Amino acid sequence: MTNSYDAIVIGGGHNGLTNGAYLAKAGLRTLILERRHLVGGAAITEELHPGFQFTTFSYALSLLRPDIIHELELTKHGFMPLLMPSTFAPMENGDYLLMGQDRNENLREIARHSSHDADAYEQYDHDMTMVIQAVKPLFDKVPPNVFGKSPEDLMEMAELAQHLRGLESRVMHNLVRLITGSVADFLDDYFESDIIKGWIASSGIIGSKVGPMSQGSGLVLLFHNMGEHDGSFGSWAFHKGGNGGFTQVLARAAQSFGAEIRLDSTVSHVITRDGKAMGVALDDGTEFRAGIVVSAADPRRTFMEFVDPRELPSDLVDSIERYRFQGVSSKVNFALDGLPTFPTLEGGDHFRGFTNIGPSLEYIERAFDEAKYGWYSTRPYIDGAIQSTIDPDMAPPGKHVMSCFVQYTPYHLARSDWDTEREQMADQVQATLESFFPGFGSLVLHREVVTPLDIERVAGLPEGNIFHGELFGPQMFFFRPAPGWSQYRTPIEGYYQCGSGTHPGGCVTGGPARLASRQILKDLDARRS
Amino acid sequence: MLLKTPFHDRVEALNQTQLWNHWAGHLVVDKYQMSEKFEYFAIRNSAGFFDTSPLYKYRFSGRDVESYLAGVLARDIRRCRPGQAQYTIWCDDRGFVLEDGVILRLGPDDFLLTTAEPNFAYFQRLVGRYQVEIEDVSTEYAGFALQGPRSRKILSALAPEVEDLAYFHLTPAKIAGTPVTISRTGFTGDLGYEVWIPSDGGLAVWDAIVAAGAGQGMIPFGQIALLMARIEAGLLLINVDFESSRFAFNDEHRSTPLELGLGWMFKDLAEGDRNFIGARAIRAEMANGSSRWKLMGLVVDYQEYDRLYQGAGLVPPKDHTPVHGDMMVYGDDGTRVGYATSFSYSPMLQRHIALARVRPDLAKVGTRVNLEFTVNHRYVQVGAHVARLPLYNPERKTA
Repeated sequence: MTNSYDAIVIGGGHNGLTNGAYLAKAGLRTLILERRHLVGGAAITEELHPGFQFTTFSYALSLLRPDIIHELELTKHGFMPLLMPSTFAPMENGDYLLMGQDRNENLREIARHSSHDADAYEQYDHDMTMVIQAVKPLFDKVPPNVFGKSPEDLMEMAELAQHLRGLESRVMHNLVRLITGSVADFLDDYFESDIIKGWIASSGIIGSKVGPMSQGSGLVLLFHNMGEHDGSFGSWAFHKGGNGGFTQVLARAAQSFGAEIRLDSTVSHVITRDGKAMGVALDDGTEFRAGIVVSAADPRRTFMEFVDPRELPSDLVDSIERYRFQGVSSKVNFALDGLPTFPTLEGGDHFRGFTNIGPSLEYIERAFDEAKYGWYSTRPYIDGAIQSTIDPDMAPPGKHVMSCFVQYTPYHLARSDWDTEREQMADQVQATLESFFPGFGSLVLHREVVTPLDIERVAGLPEGNIFHGELFGPQMFFFRPAPGWSQYRTPIEGYYQCGSGTHPGGCVTGGPARLASRQILKDLDARRS
Repeated sequence: MLLKTPFHDRVEALNQTQLWNHWAGHLVVDKYQMSEKFEYFAIRNSAGFFDTSPLYKYRFSGRDVESYLAGVLARDIRRCRPGQAQYTIWCDDRGFVLEDGVILRLGPDDFLLTTAEPNFAYFQRLVGRYQVEIEDVSTEYAGFALQGPRSRKILSALAPEVEDLAYFHLTPAKIAGTPVTISRTGFTGDLGYEVWIPSDGGLAVWDAIVAAGAGQGMIPFGQIALLMARIEAGLLLINVDFESSRFAFNDEHRSTPLELGLGWMFKDLAEGDRNFIGARAIRAEMANGSSRWKLMGLVVDYQEYDRLYQGAGLVPPKDHTPVHGDMMVYGDDGTRVGYATSFSYSPMLQRHIALARVRPDLAKVGTRVNLEFTVNHRYVQVGAHVARLPLYNPERKTA
């Protein structure tokens, strides 16, 4: 039967592709179903203006789990993370913080703003690295089921306790301060300079409805520092060809292991019988059979749309109903006629990495203030990235593409809707850029505006939350996506979850997919023996 | 006195680090910017250019030049037709490697050899009754290497001849009004070219190529990025991966071509009529299987590597700077089975890699060995597997 498989993965985003690749590599006849005409989900690259490659949604790579690169042999399929040589944080007074690749040069640059903050930065970096080292083993593991009573559950809890007991007190305390506290408080303990704090604090708000002064922003900061490239924590890269280039690599890897990818295939529901998954049905009525069905979609669709909530325990349904998405991020992407001008710096080398428009804690917190009351920031926080400075294939010679990640733009607007406000919001983003880079507007050849509503409509992420649900304590680790259901299984036998709504969470990590595949294969072994 | 290359004025202006190194008596750049990694990625992702002028360059001409070189060089020069180039080596009569280089056949009786060390006296001593002239043209030519996936596009805008130039072929061309020779050669294992320019025309050609590369992600790269690329490409470096037999104090410091993994140069040696210095010894080594080593690639087991460091409470270093020097290779029973001479982290392969000699019986792809280094100031061993060279070999290199 041609419509029969061993495993079906719903969703061809980076987690769906990763999961499908692992299952195919293990010998399962695997089908990956993608709703759109291209794979990648929220990690795509599209030529929206002739010669200009836009990373519509996700735009940089950091948290990809290194094991995936090796286990899926991604380097054979074109994996190429192009590291950023610099990070640039312009200030409103015309000054700037420009961090490069040389440690001593960076310390001098920090000292230019504050002598105190130079070695404080070294201390901060070291403390952060110690915390990351402590958390990393948990990041790359299936979370223990703290509510389980099986010998395996108890053993996993004992292992977790042992791991935590092995930490130095200072590391443990910093870990708790980060997980429960605010970025502002954490950074105030180290730094005095606004620009240093603003620059670092930006990682504590990305994708999350928190300001740097909100409790919980520390966790977001820690999360974004969990990434690594070539052994260096917290470093970021542009993948060759944008993040769409990366998901193309994943697709080739999955296909090389035998996975089949079917595009333009919208899943209507998972077919179940007697509490077991039997396959999936598409919108057009086509059915595919498989004893294993894996949803790479978010928890809401996984539990409330693909299956009938009435088949699920009410506790789980309650948890998913109150699971917080509340997207606050937009993208405004530009095709530019040339590099922007920053009056106090010559040349364009400062644009070879992130351009961080968030010059102080206060700037970012004020941008957040408006979001609390259901409106978008007058002067938003912007994470800009002119990828064509690193990857010339992204734009014609001398021209550039600039990806701008924007906060805050809450999904639920208090007095209007996003179809009405889209261009006005983008105009404010452009005006903010203009204030830092005079003449910016005259460089714009094309503008792509992606609101939280567009993220939801096009990429399918509920409320436009880029992580498949907020990164905050009650939705992390053994609570992600719901207490008792953090081990990638669902109450329906053979139906699994592998999206960013599961541990370790959002960003292009592939971690959920990799860990889910382990669980699926483990269950399969147990069933066979 | 230290020499400056014909490109020095431009090189100096671009050298942001203001750090200088010496290569073959010339001032050269280790890295133009603070991190060599971005220069490395230019080679693999867009295009990078490198001042290769310090190489020694010898011009061989005269009626007997082909038969002379056929007796001196260990690779069959008769197969190198006019308009072609060869990577070649020369050996002593015991079949040990002296040195290596790239030879361009400019015409039927006209060759240009580039090499890292002086060899003029050695070649001249062997001329004897042959009608051959050897000329040291080292300072007469500047060398501009343009390497990377975009190199063809950039260079062919100036010299359309490059468009169809095959791997290890060469062509005359004119850039900025200066007659040059362009060879599709390089030391990076990528698509790339070297432009050989009369020294006084060097700056004009440099400026023309740099202008043609504007907006294409083309940047200059220094020695460190070159060395990263060459380890991935499995290209040997004298005084690192081998020593000249002429100056070695004992046979432990000598290598045969077969031991260096260059056996592919001698496929037809057993039955053919080739007679060059060292041929008899190499034939015997092939027949007897008396090679002591075979140089292969090593790829370090990343999980073991990470575990070793994490177990020691350290962040696993993934240093991009090539390490040149002996690192021991052991079998599982603790006996030494080889040694690595070049070690580096490969960003393209995302692994630590090495060029290493291993016992010939272990020189099979996939054989597991253990590479020694230090963690927490103690010797430790990490698993690695033997791999075929080059370790990184993009299709575009020869396509």
